[in-house]
Amino acid sequence: MTRWLIGRTAQAAITFLVAAVLMFFLMRLTPGDPLARLMGDRPMTSEEVATLRGLYGLDQPLPSQFTRFVAGLAQGDLGTSIEYRTPVTTLIRQRLPASLLLGGTVLLLNFTLGVWLGALQAVRLGKPLDRWLSTISLAGFAVPSFWLGLILAWLVGIKWQLLPALGMIDPLLPASAGLGARSLDIARHLILPAFTLSVVSIAATMRYQRTAMIDALREPYVRTARAKGLSERRVIWRHAWRTSLFPVITLFGLWLPIVVTGSVFVEHVFNWPGLGSLTAKAISGRDYPVIMGASLLAASLVVGGGWLTDVAYAALDPRTRRAQ
Amino acid sequence: MLTLVGLVLIAIAAPMLLPDPLAQPDILQGVNQPPGAKHWFGTDQLSRDVLSRVVTGARISLTIAFLAVAVSVTLGAMVGLVAGYWGGWVDAVLMRIVDGALAIPRLFVLLLVVAAWESLPLLVFILLLGTTGWFGTSRLIRGEVLRLKQEPYVRAAEALGAHRIRIVLRHLLPNTAGPLLVAATLGVGNVVLLEAGLSFLGVGVRPPTPTWGGMILDSQEILFVAPWTSIFPGLAIVITVLAVNLFGDALREAVDPRHA
Repeated sequence: MTRWLIGRTAQAAITFLVAAVLMFFLMRLTPGDPLARLMGDRPMTSEEVATLRGLYGLDQPLPSQFTRFVAGLAQGDLGTSIEYRTPVTTLIRQRLPASLLLGGTVLLLNFTLGVWLGALQAVRLGKPLDRWLSTISLAGFAVPSFWLGLILAWLVGIKWQLLPALGMIDPLLPASAGLGARSLDIARHLILPAFTLSVVSIAATMRYQRTAMIDALREPYVRTARAKGLSERRVIWRHAWRTSLFPVITLFGLWLPIVVTGSVFVEHVFNWPGLGSLTAKAISGRDYPVIMGASLLAASLVVGGGWLTDVAYAALDPRTRRAQ
Repeated sequence: MLTLVGLVLIAIAAPMLLPDPLAQPDILQGVNQPPGAKHWFGTDQLSRDVLSRVVTGARISLTIAFLAVAVSVTLGAMVGLVAGYWGGWVDAVLMRIVDGALAIPRLFVLLLVVAAWESLPLLVFILLLGTTGWFGTSRLIRGEVLRLKQEPYVRAAEALGAHRIRIVLRHLLPNTAGPLLVAATLGVGNVVLLEAGLSFLGVGVRPPTPTWGGMILDSQEILFVAPWTSIFPGLAIVITVLAVNLFGDALREAVDPRHA
Protein backbone atom coordinates (compact mmCIF):
# COMPACT_ATOMS: atom_id res chain seq x y z
CA MET A 1 0.00 0.00 0.00
CA THR A 2 2.79 2.44 0.91
CA ARG A 3 4.57 1.88 -2.40
CA TRP A 4 1.36 2.27 -4.31
CA LEU A 5 0.54 5.44 -2.41
CA ILE A 6 3.96 6.98 -3.11
CA GLY A 7 3.62 6.14 -6.79
CA ARG A 8 0.14 7.62 -7.04
CA THR A 9 1.21 10.77 -5.19
CA ALA A 10 4.22 11.24 -7.45
CA GLN A 11 1.95 10.85 -10.46
CA ALA A 12 -0.38 13.54 -9.11
CA ALA A 13 2.56 15.88 -8.49
CA ILE A 14 3.88 15.39 -12.03
CA THR A 15 0.42 15.98 -13.49
CA PHE A 16 0.08 19.23 -11.58
CA LEU A 17 3.53 20.41 -12.64
CA VAL A 18 2.82 19.66 -16.30
CA ALA A 19 -0.46 21.55 -15.95
CA ALA A 20 1.33 24.55 -14.40
CA VAL A 21 3.95 24.59 -17.17
CA LEU A 22 1.22 24.37 -19.83
CA MET A 23 -0.59 27.30 -18.22
CA PHE A 24 2.53 29.44 -18.13
CA PHE A 25 3.21 28.92 -21.81
CA LEU A 26 -0.42 29.30 -22.81
CA MET A 27 -0.44 32.71 -21.23
CA ARG A 28 2.88 33.94 -22.57
CA LEU A 29 2.49 32.69 -26.11
CA THR A 30 -0.62 34.74 -26.82
CA PRO A 31 -0.12 37.97 -28.70
CA GLY A 32 -1.89 40.09 -26.09
CA ASP A 33 0.02 42.13 -23.56
CA PRO A 34 -0.75 41.31 -19.92
CA LEU A 35 -0.35 45.01 -19.16
CA ALA A 36 -2.72 46.16 -21.90
CA ARG A 37 -5.41 46.72 -19.31
CA LEU A 38 -3.26 49.03 -17.19
CA MET A 39 -2.10 51.00 -20.18
CA GLY A 40 -5.67 51.38 -21.36
CA ASP A 41 -6.66 53.16 -18.14
CA ARG A 42 -4.59 56.22 -18.84
CA PRO A 43 -1.79 57.18 -21.19
CA MET A 44 1.58 56.21 -19.73
CA THR A 45 5.07 57.38 -20.48
CA SER A 46 7.45 54.75 -21.75
CA GLU A 47 9.37 55.00 -18.46
CA GLU A 48 6.29 54.11 -16.46
CA VAL A 49 5.64 51.18 -18.76
CA ALA A 50 9.22 50.03 -18.31
CA THR A 51 8.92 50.25 -14.51
CA LEU A 52 5.72 48.22 -14.61
CA ARG A 53 7.29 45.64 -16.88
CA GLY A 54 10.16 45.33 -14.44
CA LEU A 55 7.73 44.99 -11.55
CA TYR A 56 5.94 42.09 -13.22
CA GLY A 57 9.17 40.65 -14.61
CA LEU A 58 7.95 41.03 -18.18
CA ASP A 59 11.19 42.66 -19.32
CA GLN A 60 13.13 39.46 -18.85
CA PRO A 61 13.58 36.66 -21.39
CA LEU A 62 11.06 33.83 -21.34
CA PRO A 63 13.25 31.24 -19.58
CA SER A 64 13.98 33.52 -16.62
CA GLN A 65 10.31 34.54 -16.47
CA PHE A 66 9.58 30.87 -16.19
CA THR A 67 12.10 30.30 -13.39
CA ARG A 68 10.59 33.25 -11.55
CA PHE A 69 7.12 31.78 -11.99
CA VAL A 70 8.15 28.35 -10.71
CA ALA A 71 10.06 29.85 -7.76
CA GLY A 72 7.02 31.95 -6.84
CA LEU A 73 4.77 28.93 -7.16
CA ALA A 74 6.98 26.90 -4.84
CA GLN A 75 6.77 29.63 -2.22
CA GLY A 76 3.02 29.94 -2.61
CA ASP A 77 3.37 33.34 -4.27
CA LEU A 78 0.94 33.82 -7.13
CA GLY A 79 1.76 37.43 -7.89
CA THR A 80 -0.22 40.61 -7.33
CA SER A 81 -3.62 41.39 -8.76
CA ILE A 82 -3.60 44.25 -11.25
CA GLU A 83 -7.15 45.22 -10.38
CA TYR A 84 -7.11 45.04 -6.57
CA ARG A 85 -3.38 45.67 -6.00
CA THR A 86 -3.35 42.87 -3.42
CA PRO A 87 -1.54 39.53 -3.53
CA VAL A 88 -3.57 36.89 -5.35
CA THR A 89 -3.16 34.49 -2.43
CA THR A 90 -4.83 37.00 -0.09
CA LEU A 91 -7.72 37.42 -2.54
CA ILE A 92 -8.13 33.66 -2.77
CA ARG A 93 -8.14 33.33 1.01
CA GLN A 94 -10.83 36.02 1.32
CA ARG A 95 -13.03 34.44 -1.33
CA LEU A 96 -12.54 30.82 -0.38
CA PRO A 97 -15.15 30.49 2.44
CA ALA A 98 -18.06 31.58 0.23
CA SER A 99 -17.04 29.16 -2.51
CA LEU A 100 -16.60 26.33 -0.04
CA LEU A 101 -20.07 26.98 1.36
CA LEU A 102 -21.65 26.92 -2.09
CA GLY A 103 -19.56 23.96 -3.31
CA GLY A 104 -20.19 22.01 -0.12
CA THR A 105 -23.94 22.49 -0.36
CA VAL A 106 -23.94 21.36 -3.98
CA LEU A 107 -21.77 18.37 -3.07
CA LEU A 108 -24.21 17.38 -0.37
CA LEU A 109 -27.23 17.74 -2.69
CA ASN A 110 -25.55 15.86 -5.53
CA PHE A 111 -24.37 12.94 -3.52
CA THR A 112 -27.60 12.48 -1.58
CA LEU A 113 -30.43 13.48 -3.88
CA GLY A 114 -28.57 12.53 -7.07
CA VAL A 115 -27.56 9.14 -5.74
CA TRP A 116 -31.06 8.42 -4.49
CA LEU A 117 -32.71 9.47 -7.77
CA GLY A 118 -30.24 7.44 -9.81
CA ALA A 119 -30.90 4.35 -7.73
CA LEU A 120 -34.63 4.89 -8.03
CA GLN A 121 -34.27 5.00 -11.81
CA ALA A 122 -32.48 1.66 -11.85
CA VAL A 123 -35.21 0.10 -9.75
CA ARG A 124 -37.85 1.40 -12.15
CA LEU A 125 -35.71 0.66 -15.21
CA GLY A 126 -37.58 1.41 -18.42
CA LYS A 127 -40.67 2.62 -16.60
CA PRO A 128 -42.02 6.16 -17.16
CA LEU A 129 -40.32 7.47 -13.99
CA ASP A 130 -36.93 6.29 -15.26
CA ARG A 131 -37.51 7.80 -18.67
CA TRP A 132 -38.64 11.12 -17.24
CA LEU A 133 -35.71 11.37 -14.87
CA SER A 134 -33.32 10.43 -17.69
CA THR A 135 -34.67 13.22 -19.86
CA ILE A 136 -34.50 15.69 -17.00
CA SER A 137 -30.93 14.79 -16.16
CA LEU A 138 -29.93 15.04 -19.82
CA ALA A 139 -31.60 18.44 -19.93
CA GLY A 140 -29.48 19.39 -16.92
CA PHE A 141 -26.41 18.59 -19.00
CA ALA A 142 -27.71 20.85 -21.74
CA VAL A 143 -28.70 23.91 -19.73
CA PRO A 144 -26.17 26.74 -19.62
CA SER A 145 -25.76 27.50 -15.92
CA PHE A 146 -25.58 31.26 -16.43
CA TRP A 147 -28.85 31.30 -18.32
CA LEU A 148 -30.69 29.18 -15.76
CA GLY A 149 -29.28 31.42 -13.03
CA LEU A 150 -30.44 34.59 -14.75
CA ILE A 151 -33.94 33.26 -15.36
CA LEU A 152 -34.24 32.08 -11.74
CA ALA A 153 -32.90 35.36 -10.39
CA TRP A 154 -35.47 37.19 -12.49
CA LEU A 155 -38.45 34.94 -11.71
CA VAL A 156 -37.89 33.98 -8.08
CA GLY A 157 -35.82 36.91 -6.96
CA ILE A 158 -37.32 39.91 -8.72
CA LYS A 159 -40.74 39.01 -10.08
CA TRP A 160 -42.06 36.91 -7.21
CA GLN A 161 -39.79 38.45 -4.56
CA LEU A 162 -39.45 35.08 -2.85
CA LEU A 163 -35.72 34.89 -2.31
CA PRO A 164 -32.79 37.28 -2.52
CA ALA A 165 -31.14 36.99 -5.93
CA LEU A 166 -27.85 38.78 -5.37
CA GLY A 167 -24.92 38.48 -3.01
CA MET A 168 -24.54 36.47 0.15
CA ILE A 169 -25.51 38.91 2.91
CA ASP A 170 -28.39 41.37 3.08
CA PRO A 171 -26.75 44.80 3.33
CA LEU A 172 -29.76 46.09 5.28
CA LEU A 173 -29.36 43.49 8.02
CA PRO A 174 -28.86 45.41 11.30
CA ALA A 175 -25.41 45.10 12.83
CA SER A 176 -27.03 43.89 16.03
CA ALA A 177 -28.54 40.81 14.38
CA GLY A 178 -27.71 37.59 16.17
CA LEU A 179 -25.97 34.52 14.84
CA GLY A 180 -29.28 32.82 14.06
CA ALA A 181 -30.56 35.71 11.97
CA ARG A 182 -27.24 35.97 10.15
CA SER A 183 -27.14 32.25 9.32
CA LEU A 184 -30.73 32.36 8.12
CA ASP A 185 -29.90 35.33 5.91
CA ILE A 186 -26.94 33.51 4.33
CA ALA A 187 -29.02 30.33 3.91
CA ARG A 188 -31.73 32.28 2.06
CA HIS A 189 -29.12 33.79 -0.25
CA LEU A 190 -27.62 30.36 -0.80
CA ILE A 191 -30.76 28.66 -2.14
CA LEU A 192 -30.82 29.99 -5.70
CA PRO A 193 -27.11 29.63 -6.56
CA ALA A 194 -26.93 26.19 -4.93
CA PHE A 195 -30.03 25.05 -6.82
CA THR A 196 -28.70 26.32 -10.17
CA LEU A 197 -25.30 24.71 -9.72
CA SER A 198 -26.94 21.46 -8.60
CA VAL A 199 -29.18 21.25 -11.65
CA VAL A 200 -26.24 21.46 -14.03
CA SER A 201 -24.08 19.00 -12.08
CA ILE A 202 -26.52 16.45 -10.67
CA ALA A 203 -26.97 14.71 -14.03
CA ALA A 204 -23.50 13.15 -13.72
CA THR A 205 -24.28 11.63 -10.33
CA MET A 206 -27.68 10.35 -11.40
CA ARG A 207 -26.46 8.69 -14.57
CA TYR A 208 -23.51 7.10 -12.83
CA GLN A 209 -25.53 5.79 -9.92
CA ARG A 210 -28.17 4.45 -12.30
CA THR A 211 -25.60 2.35 -14.16
CA ALA A 212 -23.97 1.13 -10.94
CA MET A 213 -27.34 0.16 -9.51
CA ILE A 214 -28.42 -1.67 -12.67
CA ASP A 215 -25.22 -3.72 -12.44
CA ALA A 216 -25.73 -4.36 -8.73
CA LEU A 217 -29.29 -5.55 -9.25
CA ARG A 218 -28.01 -8.22 -11.64
CA GLU A 219 -25.56 -9.65 -9.08
CA PRO A 220 -26.06 -13.19 -7.77
CA TYR A 221 -26.26 -12.02 -4.14
CA VAL A 222 -29.33 -9.99 -5.00
CA ARG A 223 -30.94 -13.13 -6.40
CA THR A 224 -29.90 -14.97 -3.24
CA ALA A 225 -31.44 -12.28 -1.07
CA ARG A 226 -34.69 -12.54 -3.02
CA ALA A 227 -34.57 -16.33 -2.80
CA LYS A 228 -34.22 -16.07 0.96
CA GLY A 229 -37.60 -14.38 0.90
CA LEU A 230 -36.47 -10.95 2.05
CA SER A 231 -38.83 -8.09 1.35
CA GLU A 232 -38.23 -6.33 -1.96
CA ARG A 233 -37.49 -3.11 -0.11
CA ARG A 234 -34.80 -4.77 1.92
CA VAL A 235 -33.29 -6.47 -1.13
CA ILE A 236 -33.10 -3.23 -3.06
CA TRP A 237 -31.93 -0.78 -0.44
CA ARG A 238 -29.89 -3.01 1.89
CA HIS A 239 -28.30 -5.47 -0.53
CA ALA A 240 -28.13 -3.89 -3.97
CA TRP A 241 -27.94 -0.20 -3.16
CA ARG A 242 -25.19 -0.42 -0.58
CA THR A 243 -22.79 -2.15 -2.94
CA SER A 244 -23.74 0.14 -5.81
CA LEU A 245 -22.61 3.14 -3.77
CA PHE A 246 -19.05 1.98 -4.04
CA PRO A 247 -18.34 2.89 -7.70
CA VAL A 248 -19.89 6.30 -7.06
CA ILE A 249 -16.70 7.26 -5.18
CA THR A 250 -14.96 7.45 -8.55
CA LEU A 251 -17.46 10.02 -9.62
CA PHE A 252 -16.07 12.64 -7.25
CA GLY A 253 -13.05 13.14 -9.50
CA LEU A 254 -15.29 13.65 -12.54
CA TRP A 255 -17.73 15.84 -10.69
CA LEU A 256 -15.21 18.40 -9.38
CA PRO A 257 -14.30 20.03 -12.72
CA ILE A 258 -17.99 20.42 -13.59
CA VAL A 259 -18.67 22.28 -10.36
CA VAL A 260 -15.49 24.38 -10.51
CA THR A 261 -16.39 25.49 -14.04
CA GLY A 262 -20.06 25.96 -13.19
CA SER A 263 -19.29 28.10 -10.18
CA VAL A 264 -17.56 30.70 -12.38
CA PHE A 265 -20.87 31.35 -14.14
CA VAL A 266 -23.25 30.80 -11.25
CA GLU A 267 -21.31 32.95 -8.78
CA HIS A 268 -20.97 35.64 -11.43
CA VAL A 269 -24.71 35.72 -12.15
CA PHE A 270 -25.75 35.75 -8.49
CA ASN A 271 -22.87 38.00 -7.43
CA TRP A 272 -21.86 35.37 -4.88
CA PRO A 273 -18.64 36.61 -3.25
CA GLY A 274 -16.55 33.50 -4.01
CA LEU A 275 -13.69 32.48 -6.26
CA GLY A 276 -15.93 31.99 -9.30
CA SER A 277 -17.12 35.57 -9.38
CA LEU A 278 -13.56 36.71 -8.69
CA THR A 279 -12.47 34.81 -11.82
CA ALA A 280 -15.34 36.18 -13.91
CA LYS A 281 -14.45 39.75 -12.88
CA ALA A 282 -10.78 39.11 -13.56
CA ILE A 283 -11.68 38.07 -17.10
CA SER A 284 -13.45 41.27 -17.98
CA GLY A 285 -10.70 43.25 -16.25
CA ARG A 286 -7.95 41.20 -17.91
CA ASP A 287 -6.46 40.72 -14.47
CA TYR A 288 -3.90 38.12 -15.50
CA PRO A 289 -2.37 37.15 -12.16
CA VAL A 290 -5.86 36.43 -10.82
CA ILE A 291 -6.90 34.33 -13.85
CA MET A 292 -3.64 32.42 -13.49
CA GLY A 293 -4.16 31.91 -9.75
CA ALA A 294 -7.72 30.71 -10.26
CA SER A 295 -6.64 28.29 -12.99
CA LEU A 296 -3.85 26.92 -10.82
CA LEU A 297 -6.33 26.45 -7.99
CA ALA A 298 -8.79 24.71 -10.32
CA ALA A 299 -6.05 22.40 -11.57
CA SER A 300 -4.90 21.57 -8.04
CA LEU A 301 -8.50 20.78 -7.11
CA VAL A 302 -8.90 18.45 -10.07
CA VAL A 303 -5.58 16.72 -9.45
CA GLY A 304 -6.21 16.55 -5.70
CA GLY A 305 -9.75 15.26 -6.25
CA GLY A 306 -8.49 12.53 -8.56
CA TRP A 307 -5.84 11.55 -6.03
CA LEU A 308 -8.32 11.48 -3.19
CA THR A 309 -10.71 9.35 -5.23
CA ASP A 310 -8.06 6.78 -6.08
CA VAL A 311 -6.76 6.61 -2.53
CA ALA A 312 -10.25 6.21 -1.08
CA TYR A 313 -11.01 3.52 -3.63
CA ALA A 314 -7.78 1.65 -2.94
CA ALA A 315 -8.29 1.89 0.81
CA LEU A 316 -11.72 0.32 0.44
CA ASP A 317 -10.93 -2.22 -2.26
CA PRO A 318 -7.51 -3.94 -2.03
CA ARG A 319 -7.95 -5.44 -5.51
CA THR A 320 -7.31 -2.01 -7.07
CA ARG A 321 -3.89 -1.80 -5.45
CA ARG A 322 -2.82 -5.23 -6.60
CA ALA A 323 -3.92 -4.51 -10.14
CA GLN A 324 -1.56 -1.55 -10.44
CA MET B 1 -31.91 13.20 -34.95
CA LEU B 2 -34.88 14.90 -36.62
CA THR B 3 -34.50 17.85 -34.29
CA LEU B 4 -30.86 18.14 -35.33
CA VAL B 5 -31.59 18.03 -39.04
CA GLY B 6 -34.37 20.55 -38.45
CA LEU B 7 -32.02 22.87 -36.58
CA VAL B 8 -29.41 22.75 -39.30
CA LEU B 9 -32.03 23.36 -41.99
CA ILE B 10 -33.49 26.29 -40.10
CA ALA B 11 -30.03 27.72 -39.58
CA ILE B 12 -29.30 27.49 -43.30
CA ALA B 13 -32.62 28.52 -44.79
CA ALA B 14 -34.23 30.96 -42.42
CA PRO B 15 -31.86 33.94 -42.68
CA MET B 16 -33.20 34.40 -46.19
CA LEU B 17 -36.77 34.76 -44.95
CA LEU B 18 -36.21 36.81 -41.80
CA PRO B 19 -35.30 40.45 -41.25
CA ASP B 20 -31.65 41.42 -41.02
CA PRO B 21 -30.37 40.45 -37.54
CA LEU B 22 -28.21 43.55 -37.37
CA ALA B 23 -30.79 46.03 -38.62
CA GLN B 24 -32.19 48.46 -36.08
CA PRO B 25 -35.46 49.24 -37.84
CA ASP B 26 -37.07 51.51 -35.29
CA ILE B 27 -34.72 52.59 -32.57
CA LEU B 28 -37.24 55.10 -31.20
CA GLN B 29 -40.48 53.10 -31.04
CA GLY B 30 -39.60 49.45 -31.62
CA VAL B 31 -37.32 48.87 -28.62
CA ASN B 32 -37.99 45.93 -26.25
CA GLN B 33 -41.22 44.93 -27.99
CA PRO B 34 -42.83 41.81 -26.51
CA PRO B 35 -43.35 38.81 -28.81
CA GLY B 36 -46.19 39.47 -31.26
CA ALA B 37 -47.34 39.02 -34.81
CA LYS B 38 -44.67 41.25 -36.30
CA HIS B 39 -41.77 39.98 -34.19
CA TRP B 40 -42.51 36.42 -33.04
CA PHE B 41 -39.78 36.50 -30.39
CA GLY B 42 -40.00 40.25 -29.71
CA THR B 43 -37.25 42.82 -30.15
CA ASP B 44 -34.23 43.79 -28.07
CA GLN B 45 -32.94 47.11 -26.70
CA LEU B 46 -31.74 48.13 -30.14
CA SER B 47 -35.07 47.13 -31.75
CA ARG B 48 -33.45 44.15 -33.47
CA ASP B 49 -35.62 41.13 -34.20
CA VAL B 50 -34.87 38.44 -31.58
CA LEU B 51 -36.08 35.56 -33.76
CA SER B 52 -33.73 36.36 -36.59
CA ARG B 53 -30.88 36.87 -34.14
CA VAL B 54 -31.56 33.48 -32.55
CA VAL B 55 -31.58 31.84 -35.97
CA THR B 56 -28.43 33.60 -37.14
CA GLY B 57 -26.93 32.64 -33.79
CA ALA B 58 -27.71 29.02 -34.60
CA ARG B 59 -25.77 29.40 -37.79
CA ILE B 60 -22.75 30.82 -36.03
CA SER B 61 -22.84 28.52 -33.00
CA LEU B 62 -23.25 25.37 -35.08
CA THR B 63 -20.56 26.39 -37.56
CA ILE B 64 -18.13 27.09 -34.72
CA ALA B 65 -19.02 23.83 -32.99
CA PHE B 66 -18.69 21.62 -36.08
CA LEU B 67 -15.40 23.13 -37.20
CA ALA B 68 -13.90 23.13 -33.70
CA VAL B 69 -14.88 19.50 -33.19
CA ALA B 70 -13.43 18.56 -36.58
CA VAL B 71 -10.12 20.03 -35.43
CA SER B 72 -10.19 18.42 -31.99
CA VAL B 73 -11.24 14.99 -33.25
CA THR B 74 -8.49 15.00 -35.87
CA LEU B 75 -5.87 15.97 -33.30
CA GLY B 76 -7.22 13.52 -30.73
CA ALA B 77 -7.22 10.67 -33.22
CA MET B 78 -3.68 11.45 -34.35
CA VAL B 79 -2.24 11.65 -30.87
CA GLY B 80 -4.20 8.62 -29.70
CA LEU B 81 -3.09 6.50 -32.65
CA VAL B 82 0.54 7.50 -32.31
CA ALA B 83 0.66 7.05 -28.53
CA GLY B 84 -1.21 3.77 -28.62
CA TYR B 85 0.64 2.19 -31.51
CA TRP B 86 4.18 3.45 -30.93
CA GLY B 87 4.03 2.89 -27.18
CA GLY B 88 7.20 3.30 -25.11
CA TRP B 89 8.47 6.74 -24.27
CA VAL B 90 6.43 8.43 -27.03
CA ASP B 91 3.30 7.15 -25.31
CA ALA B 92 4.60 8.06 -21.85
CA VAL B 93 5.45 11.65 -22.80
CA LEU B 94 2.24 12.25 -24.75
CA MET B 95 0.05 10.84 -22.01
CA ARG B 96 1.77 12.88 -19.26
CA ILE B 97 1.04 16.01 -21.29
CA VAL B 98 -2.56 14.90 -21.78
CA ASP B 99 -2.87 14.24 -18.04
CA GLY B 100 -1.60 17.72 -17.27
CA ALA B 101 -3.91 19.32 -19.82
CA LEU B 102 -6.91 17.36 -18.55
CA ALA B 103 -6.19 18.63 -15.04
CA ILE B 104 -7.06 22.19 -16.06
CA PRO B 105 -10.81 22.52 -16.65
CA ARG B 106 -11.24 23.46 -20.32
CA LEU B 107 -12.89 26.77 -19.48
CA PHE B 108 -9.75 27.90 -17.66
CA VAL B 109 -7.45 26.79 -20.48
CA LEU B 110 -9.48 28.91 -22.86
CA LEU B 111 -9.69 31.86 -20.48
CA LEU B 112 -5.91 31.96 -20.15
CA VAL B 113 -5.52 32.20 -23.90
CA VAL B 114 -8.60 34.10 -24.98
CA ALA B 115 -8.56 36.93 -22.47
CA ALA B 116 -5.37 38.29 -24.00
CA TRP B 117 -6.85 38.97 -27.42
CA GLU B 118 -8.19 42.46 -27.86
CA SER B 119 -10.30 41.40 -30.82
CA LEU B 120 -10.67 37.71 -31.45
CA PRO B 121 -10.94 36.68 -35.11
CA LEU B 122 -13.60 33.99 -35.52
CA LEU B 123 -11.16 31.58 -37.16
CA VAL B 124 -8.70 31.87 -34.29
CA PHE B 125 -11.50 31.29 -31.80
CA ILE B 126 -12.54 28.12 -33.64
CA LEU B 127 -8.94 26.90 -33.71
CA LEU B 128 -8.56 27.59 -29.99
CA LEU B 129 -11.75 25.67 -29.18
CA GLY B 130 -10.49 22.85 -31.39
CA THR B 131 -6.98 22.66 -29.99
CA THR B 132 -8.22 22.56 -26.39
CA GLY B 133 -10.73 19.76 -26.91
CA TRP B 134 -8.71 16.78 -28.04
CA PHE B 135 -7.21 15.52 -24.79
CA GLY B 136 -10.05 13.24 -23.79
CA THR B 137 -10.46 11.91 -27.33
CA SER B 138 -6.78 10.99 -27.55
CA ARG B 139 -7.15 9.00 -24.34
CA LEU B 140 -10.13 7.14 -25.73
CA ILE B 141 -8.48 6.33 -29.06
CA ARG B 142 -5.25 5.25 -27.36
CA GLY B 143 -7.25 2.74 -25.32
CA GLU B 144 -8.93 1.41 -28.46
CA VAL B 145 -5.59 1.09 -30.25
CA LEU B 146 -4.03 -0.79 -27.34
CA ARG B 147 -6.84 -3.30 -27.68
CA LEU B 148 -6.79 -3.47 -31.49
CA LYS B 149 -3.00 -3.88 -31.59
CA GLN B 150 -3.41 -7.46 -30.38
CA GLU B 151 -5.91 -8.36 -33.10
CA PRO B 152 -4.80 -11.04 -35.59
CA TYR B 153 -5.26 -8.85 -38.64
CA VAL B 154 -2.92 -6.21 -37.25
CA ARG B 155 -0.40 -8.90 -36.40
CA ALA B 156 -0.76 -10.31 -39.90
CA ALA B 157 -0.19 -6.91 -41.49
CA GLU B 158 2.92 -6.49 -39.36
CA ALA B 159 4.17 -9.93 -40.37
CA LEU B 160 3.68 -9.03 -44.02
CA GLY B 161 6.02 -6.11 -43.46
CA ALA B 162 3.48 -3.32 -43.82
CA HIS B 163 4.78 0.10 -42.89
CA ARG B 164 3.72 1.45 -39.49
CA ILE B 165 1.98 4.42 -41.04
CA ARG B 166 0.06 2.11 -43.35
CA ILE B 167 -1.05 -0.04 -40.43
CA VAL B 168 -2.19 2.99 -38.50
CA LEU B 169 -4.07 4.56 -41.38
CA ARG B 170 -5.48 1.48 -43.08
CA HIS B 171 -6.14 -0.86 -40.21
CA LEU B 172 -6.34 1.00 -36.92
CA LEU B 173 -8.02 4.27 -37.91
CA PRO B 174 -11.08 2.71 -39.61
CA ASN B 175 -11.63 0.49 -36.59
CA THR B 176 -11.68 3.41 -34.18
CA ALA B 177 -14.25 5.26 -36.28
CA GLY B 178 -17.16 4.26 -34.05
CA PRO B 179 -15.94 5.65 -30.73
CA LEU B 180 -14.50 8.62 -32.60
CA LEU B 181 -17.91 9.44 -34.03
CA VAL B 182 -19.51 9.25 -30.60
CA ALA B 183 -16.82 11.49 -29.11
CA ALA B 184 -17.33 13.96 -31.94
CA THR B 185 -21.10 14.12 -31.43
CA LEU B 186 -20.86 14.68 -27.69
CA GLY B 187 -18.05 17.16 -28.38
CA VAL B 188 -20.40 19.31 -30.46
CA GLY B 189 -22.78 19.75 -27.51
CA ASN B 190 -19.85 20.61 -25.29
CA VAL B 191 -18.49 23.24 -27.62
CA VAL B 192 -21.91 24.86 -28.07
CA LEU B 193 -22.13 25.29 -24.28
CA LEU B 194 -18.52 26.42 -23.98
CA GLU B 195 -18.81 28.95 -26.77
CA ALA B 196 -22.01 30.31 -25.25
CA GLY B 197 -20.30 30.57 -21.87
CA LEU B 198 -17.27 32.40 -23.23
CA SER B 199 -19.44 34.75 -25.26
CA PHE B 200 -21.49 35.38 -22.12
CA LEU B 201 -18.32 36.32 -20.25
CA GLY B 202 -17.54 38.68 -23.11
CA VAL B 203 -14.42 36.89 -24.37
CA GLY B 204 -15.90 34.67 -27.09
CA VAL B 205 -17.44 35.88 -30.30
CA ARG B 206 -17.52 39.68 -30.15
CA PRO B 207 -20.56 41.85 -30.95
CA PRO B 208 -22.33 42.72 -33.14
CA THR B 209 -22.18 39.15 -34.46
CA PRO B 210 -25.23 37.50 -32.89
CA THR B 211 -24.45 34.43 -30.78
CA TRP B 212 -26.67 32.82 -28.18
CA GLY B 213 -24.24 33.47 -25.33
CA GLY B 214 -23.70 37.04 -26.44
CA MET B 215 -27.46 37.65 -26.67
CA ILE B 216 -27.91 36.45 -23.10
CA LEU B 217 -25.11 38.76 -22.02
CA ASP B 218 -26.80 41.71 -23.75
CA SER B 219 -30.16 40.83 -22.24
CA GLN B 220 -28.81 40.88 -18.69
CA GLU B 221 -29.53 44.60 -18.23
CA ILE B 222 -33.01 44.47 -19.72
CA LEU B 223 -34.06 41.11 -18.28
CA PHE B 224 -36.75 42.72 -16.13
CA VAL B 225 -38.39 44.67 -18.94
CA ALA B 226 -37.77 42.28 -21.83
CA PRO B 227 -37.21 38.73 -20.52
CA TRP B 228 -37.85 37.26 -24.00
CA THR B 229 -34.46 38.57 -25.13
CA SER B 230 -32.91 36.09 -22.73
CA ILE B 231 -35.41 33.22 -22.74
CA PHE B 232 -35.30 32.44 -26.46
CA PRO B 233 -31.53 32.23 -27.01
CA GLY B 234 -31.27 30.13 -23.81
CA LEU B 235 -33.93 27.72 -25.03
CA ALA B 236 -32.11 27.49 -28.35
CA ILE B 237 -28.96 26.36 -26.51
CA VAL B 238 -30.88 23.81 -24.42
CA ILE B 239 -32.69 22.31 -27.42
CA THR B 240 -29.54 22.11 -29.54
CA VAL B 241 -27.33 20.56 -26.87
CA LEU B 242 -30.07 18.17 -25.76
CA ALA B 243 -30.67 17.01 -29.34
CA VAL B 244 -26.94 16.52 -29.92
CA ASN B 245 -26.49 14.60 -26.67
CA LEU B 246 -29.50 12.36 -27.23
CA PHE B 247 -28.17 11.59 -30.70
CA GLY B 248 -24.73 10.89 -29.23
CA ASP B 249 -26.21 8.55 -26.64
CA ALA B 250 -28.14 6.63 -29.26
CA LEU B 251 -25.03 6.47 -31.41
CA ARG B 252 -23.01 5.11 -28.51
CA GLU B 253 -25.51 2.37 -27.92
CA ALA B 254 -25.45 1.49 -31.60
CA VAL B 255 -21.66 1.53 -31.84
CA ASP B 256 -20.78 -0.05 -28.53
CA PRO B 257 -23.17 -2.72 -27.30
CA ARG B 258 -21.41 -2.77 -23.91
CA HIS B 259 -23.03 0.54 -23.04
CA ALA B 260 -26.53 -0.45 -24.03
